[in-house]
Amino acid sequence: MATVTAPVPRIALPGVLKHRAVHKLLLLALAAAVLVPLANARWASGSWPDALTVDLTDPLTRTSDWIIDNRDSHPLFLYFFGHVSNAVVLSVRAVYLVLLAAGWAGVTAFAGLVAWRVAGVRLALGTAAAFLACGLLGMWVPTMQTLALMVVAVLASVVVGAVLGLAAGLSDRMDRILRPVLDTMQVLPAFAYLLPVVLVFGIGVPAAVLATVVYAAPPMARLTSLGLRGADKEVLEAVESLGSTARQRLLTARIPLARKELLLGLNQTIMMALSMAVIASVIGAGGLGDRVYQALASVDVGAALAAGIPIVLLAVVLDRVTGAAGDGTPGAGRSGRAQWAYALGATLVVAVAARLLGRLDWPDAWVLNIAEPVNRAVDWMTAHLYSGVPVVGGTADWAGHFTTWVLDPVRDGLQGLPWWSVLLIVAALAWVIGTWQTALTAVLAMATIGVLGVWKPSLDTLSQVLAAVAVTLVLGFAIGITAARSDRFERLLRPVLDVFQTMPQFVYLIPVVALFGVGRAPAVAAAVVYALPAVVRITTQGLRQVDQAAMESARSLGATSGQQIRQVQLPLARPALLLAVNQGVVLVLAVVIIGGLVGGGALGYDVVFGLAQGDLATGLVAGAAIVCLGLMLDRVTQPTERRAKKGA
Amino acid sequence: MRRRTTAVAGSLLLLTVTGCGAADMTKQASPFANAQGSKTVNLSVQSWVGAQANVAVVQYLLEHELGYRVDTVQVDEVPAWDALSQGRVDALLEDWGHPEQEQRYVKDKKTITRAGDLGVTGHIGWYVPTYFAKQHPDVTNWKNLNKYAEQFRTPESGGKGQLMDGSPSYVTNDKALVQNLKLDYQVVFAGSEAAQITQMRQFAKEKKPFLTYWYSPQWLFKKVPMTEVKLPAYKEGCDADPEKVACAYPHTPLQKYLNTDFAKNGGKAAAFLKKFKWSTEDQNEVSLLIADQKMTPEEAAKKWVDSHESTWKAWLS
Repeated sequence: MATVTAPVPRIALPGVLKHRAVHKLLLLALAAAVLVPLANARWASGSWPDALTVDLTDPLTRTSDWIIDNRDSHPLFLYFFGHVSNAVVLSVRAVYLVLLAAGWAGVTAFAGLVAWRVAGVRLALGTAAAFLACGLLGMWVPTMQTLALMVVAVLASVVVGAVLGLAAGLSDRMDRILRPVLDTMQVLPAFAYLLPVVLVFGIGVPAAVLATVVYAAPPMARLTSLGLRGADKEVLEAVESLGSTARQRLLTARIPLARKELLLGLNQTIMMALSMAVIASVIGAGGLGDRVYQALASVDVGAALAAGIPIVLLAVVLDRVTGAAGDGTPGAGRSGRAQWAYALGATLVVAVAARLLGRLDWPDAWVLNIAEPVNRAVDWMTAHLYSGVPVVGGTADWAGHFTTWVLDPVRDGLQGLPWWSVLLIVAALAWVIGTWQTALTAVLAMATIGVLGVWKPSLDTLSQVLAAVAVTLVLGFAIGITAARSDRFERLLRPVLDVFQTMPQFVYLIPVVALFGVGRAPAVAAAVVYALPAVVRITTQGLRQVDQAAMESARSLGATSGQQIRQVQLPLARPALLLAVNQGVVLVLAVVIIGGLVGGGALGYDVVFGLAQGDLATGLVAGAAIVCLGLMLDRVTQPTERRAKKGA
Repeated sequence: MRRRTTAVAGSLLLLTVTGCGAADMTKQASPFANAQGSKTVNLSVQSWVGAQANVAVVQYLLEHELGYRVDTVQVDEVPAWDALSQGRVDALLEDWGHPEQEQRYVKDKKTITRAGDLGVTGHIGWYVPTYFAKQHPDVTNWKNLNKYAEQFRTPESGGKGQLMDGSPSYVTNDKALVQNLKLDYQVVFAGSEAAQITQMRQFAKEKKPFLTYWYSPQWLFKKVPMTEVKLPAYKEGCDADPEKVACAYPHTPLQKYLNTDFAKNGGKAAAFLKKFKWSTEDQNEVSLLIADQKMTPEEAAKKWVDSHESTWKAWLS
């Protein structure tokens, strides 16, 4: 799910930056000097003033009641949502039946052959092995359910994304309208989407597919637009001089030229959709996600892992295959087509053979039970690490200390600050790093949280995010620097990062509770584990891209390796590091919210509560606050260069 | 090629089905239902293990004795009512009392039908581990709880004693109770039952004191013996105003509910689900096999079914 799509920007001159930053801060101080006494005189309270909140409970409860009462009679539902839902059900069902009809042998053969055509023999073997592993874990049917859902969701996301992307790529006005929307959607935690979708569509597959589409379409749209805009001007002029129409130009030149971005978009869409597959199990998506969710309910980490591994395998396989399709050369005409035909023929033969042999279902005897050993390992770990470890103390003690000495002071500090000063801090941070627009968005987002009346829980969530980000960055930069300096370490690290990044977040939740107890500490721990891979990866990449000449000259001047890192590599990799911070913040927020399931409290709990009780008022307000918080955090950590460059 | 034909066939199908007329979402089943031509029953599983035990045994009997296919989906309590009303699931086997939903769906809209008692009586309460209650017998009365607040403190409870609550989906009055009984406690929500159980076992392993919202029947009592703390006695209607509750939780005979269409047209499966009724001991036996011995629900159900033939034969007759 690496959202590392931002091109590496150029480095601002420190002197100029300093100058500009001082400028901005002075202006801000001036504005504050005028506004703060006014605000303070009018609404003198530490927390967000009650006079400025809007209570949405009544209208939202009425809305929710209206929807429930009219869901089976109102034309809007019968003629619009009903058809949407119907279409989803029918298409998922069609795909599912095809997958079942092909049987395990047919599906595995087809997947392997597609991978072979697109990405070569090694990936083909890997793909086939991955599918067989899903069966071996006893997860064949759930895997097919998830796959059917994914196929439909990804196709829909690609269509929606491509249409939006075309609009944004061809029209500057659409681009200006869509850009902020897409930017925002990309930073939203998936959990915040679920409730409104459930209310309209009810629990079940349609709601799950639609939530997934909303979550997975934005990257496709962004990258389509980027690809269309990035097309080589000279080629386009050449095509134009041949007298082609606008449509011909689009179909024969601009879209083929954007192939790489389109495939990258597909890749990211698939990754996002897969990560949603598990979260959507909360609203009845079924399949692998549901198995994970059910296993966790009985505190069975092993079984949860058995259902989580197929998700990871699917993700890794799809990532590599679509990635290879993006890098590879376009398929070679006729011989390519003939080979595709062979591949399909072979699939059919295998599927029919399996059917004739009566081996359509995965044989029960071939199931490997990994749950037990895994559970034993987890039990051992928690029994020996939880407390009473000599010298360092147990994990429970760490969690206690972390809560008392870090989380509590940060939370109380944030909640104790006067509300206007929080806004000022946000404005200052966002403006120094970004532009006045990002600062304004951030401040407005923060103010919206106050208006919604969830100021305190939001600051509680914010404190958890800050603590988790701090830990993630310290660990991530340390590991990233080590990996950038040692090829061997990086090779060892890569598969580990892959797995951690694609493992459904839910799987982490129970082990962290066993290690850290219930509360905010396990939520923070899960967030760190989830966000770490992205931070490590971006840091390593950034450091490795540092100009070798600069490194060489530093070395020839006799700089020690510590000096090299501090004075050459880190400053030169600054943009990448900022990007790492930005990504870290976004990912951490997503998991801190899910932390509501393990006692994280605050906004995450409200969302879980809203979903569990069907309480739109609580859930939607908390969801909106999360959206605002995500927006604010993204804007505060978003370097100016990123936006400037993207406009190209 | 093949994908293209499926796509074409699929879209044709879509057009013919959705092209005209109204589409009532409440009549749409799960896309995974009825695959491979067999009759399917959709059951909702709630997140606690007792409910899983119900479903496991019912599923086993439906599949092996009546020849149905069973799909299960995990849904929280209130959304499960919603899903049941829409026909996304056919049956809800263990309900702890949701008067508001019952009014709306059973009495007003008539989309859900009652299907009788499950046979198990549920009770919610506050519990302390028995090892602690033995050392301090007076802790089992709520009036003495403040004396022990100090010992129940954790980093999350901020200077007060910790009263641990579980999943936000469960029925609870604890926040109001703490306030109305003037207790020096902070309600800490574990956020999910899994997290709560994990934490309780961890406490029990160290013989630490804790106070928790818990309920019976529950398999965990066999692993971590717990004693109930007496709250002011429950009287009919004393929990009517959620803000002013100051009494214990009632004893609830757990109920089964079926989707109305399924109840009418569900054939043998519906008849069987209406008859299904077992005891607390039976349910606990299966729950323990699933949650403690980590058997798969199917294995656990098989084990129970093999040894209780006379009980389940009656449900099928």
